[in-house]
Amino acid sequence: MDLSTRIGAVTLANPLLTASGCGGTGRELSPYTDLARLGAFTTATVMGRPRAGRPTPRIAETPSGLLNAMGLPGPGLDAFLARDLPWLAGHDVSVVVSVGGSSVQEFAEIAGRLAASPAARPIVGVEVNVACPNAEDRGRMFAASPAAAADVVRAVRGAIHRDVPVLAKLSPDVTDIATIALACADAGATGLSLINTVSGLAIDPATLRPALSGVAGGLSGPALRPVALRCVYQVHAAIPELPIIGGGGVATGSDALEFLVAGATAVSVGTTLLHDPSAPQRILRELEEALAARGMARPGDAVGLAHRPASAGPQIARPRTRIEEFS
Amino acid sequence: MTVVAPAVAERFRPGQFVAVAVGGEHTSLLARRCLPVYEVKPDYGGTVEFVFSADDPGSRWLASRRSRDALDLIGPLGRPFPLPRDPAACLLIGGAHGSSGLFALADALRQRDCKVHFVLAAPHAHQVYGALSAQRIGDSSTVITRDGSLGTAGMLPDLLPGIIDRTEADVIYAAGPTGLLSAVSGIASALGIPCQVSLGELLGETGACGIGVCASCVLPVIGDDGHTRMVRACVEGPVLRGERIRWNDLGTIPLDALGGPRAPQTALEAAP
Repeated sequence: MDLSTRIGAVTLANPLLTASGCGGTGRELSPYTDLARLGAFTTATVMGRPRAGRPTPRIAETPSGLLNAMGLPGPGLDAFLARDLPWLAGHDVSVVVSVGGSSVQEFAEIAGRLAASPAARPIVGVEVNVACPNAEDRGRMFAASPAAAADVVRAVRGAIHRDVPVLAKLSPDVTDIATIALACADAGATGLSLINTVSGLAIDPATLRPALSGVAGGLSGPALRPVALRCVYQVHAAIPELPIIGGGGVATGSDALEFLVAGATAVSVGTTLLHDPSAPQRILRELEEALAARGMARPGDAVGLAHRPASAGPQIARPRTRIEEFS
Repeated sequence: MTVVAPAVAERFRPGQFVAVAVGGEHTSLLARRCLPVYEVKPDYGGTVEFVFSADDPGSRWLASRRSRDALDLIGPLGRPFPLPRDPAACLLIGGAHGSSGLFALADALRQRDCKVHFVLAAPHAHQVYGALSAQRIGDSSTVITRDGSLGTAGMLPDLLPGIIDRTEADVIYAAGPTGLLSAVSGIASALGIPCQVSLGELLGETGACGIGVCASCVLPVIGDDGHTRMVRACVEGPVLRGERIRWNDLGTIPLDALGGPRAPQTALEAAP
């Protein structure tokens, strides 16, 4: 089956990506998953300076999910460009770089330096982590405001080569995610990554205090899947032509198919990598089987199918056999 | 618990751990349990034995597995215990069931003609793990319980300097609760004795993946260049040099750690 998937001007080998922050630098995942056979590997969010992140404990197990408050730890842009990106390039990995910043200015600077770097060859997309706190808005995340999210997207779009997709990764913790999505699309986003984690809290029964040092954390994993599907569905309904990378608790090919029919063009695997680092190949194989079982020739055939009215007749839009007139 | 896992057994080196998925195929428990390996044996092509306490739903599920059940297990993982090049007197200090990780090390040291002295410490007799094995394979073995229910009554930090003297230890290896490791490291570095500690317990409490992708098990460690970095217990550890760990800063980000609020403003490589 031809699994190739287009995001803007870029064609990925298949619709399966890793989600930001779940695959380490790539090196840690590589013994378990052939990164070169992914649609793309998404990096942890790269910030300008090295960041130690938050103290432990920074991950808590919750029912069918994980809660994390990492504090965006990372080596910073210099080390990323010098070490991590060349390693990925050397292993023929298509890379989506997740970028973060505490101001529009920082986002623009990082994107600009990324674009100018000689190591930029394997970059097939830049994901804008607008869930970062905005230092110029009392720490409120950019993703909470259509204007702030749009400002960041516009700044990154302006710094990155036209052919490289800019994807805004949106938070579900908003009143109306479609409004934020529209603002990002208007600001030049090639597509969207839906969704980032949803804010939650876990209590440690031994201490009767919050389990995480950061108190609240981001919920990910299958517990989040219905929320993610709803967001993908809503945004696709509002902007059908905008590519969406859907993700949130994808653990099987069937989960991936659900995201496609809800309106996603591609699918990301995140928390599942922590539980089963070899999952991507299995999920891709299962997705291919699930598509074939429904008579679909490519992932694109499934995109948005859930939006058809109930009266639309058969489940699958098959190419009609042309009946020749015999004489 | 013993599992047949030839590929793990074949590659295993003392000090390494396995990361076990718990709860079965449709589990709602997503974090892997990181468990130090007690022993590997050649039977059935290679078996791996690990010790754990069944104190949460995940480990209780694991404890209820029966013979011939399949387990999803990754290993061997992490940095093993470095071994002395020449025969040396080695003191192996285990706290509670954390000592389970020391017996494979004892065998490896024995093969290098090292002297192996055991110290097993726990609050009460029933928490001491491996007293008989320690007696069997150790050149000496000392059991310390807080209440004297087994072996000597007392606290390890009070008794350790005497034991170091008596065994003329050249090297110290320790595994167990973080508090014990901290005390042992302090005494060892005061006496100038190299000390390798296994952070199995910290890893068990904070680890979620075991392979280094989640960075949930970080702790502040001083590198060769004198700078502190947050390193992962699962990849850069679980065995680390005791004197390099900033024990008093565990559970925090020291202000001067790389990427911390007051990190030195030098161009630093992020990882050693």
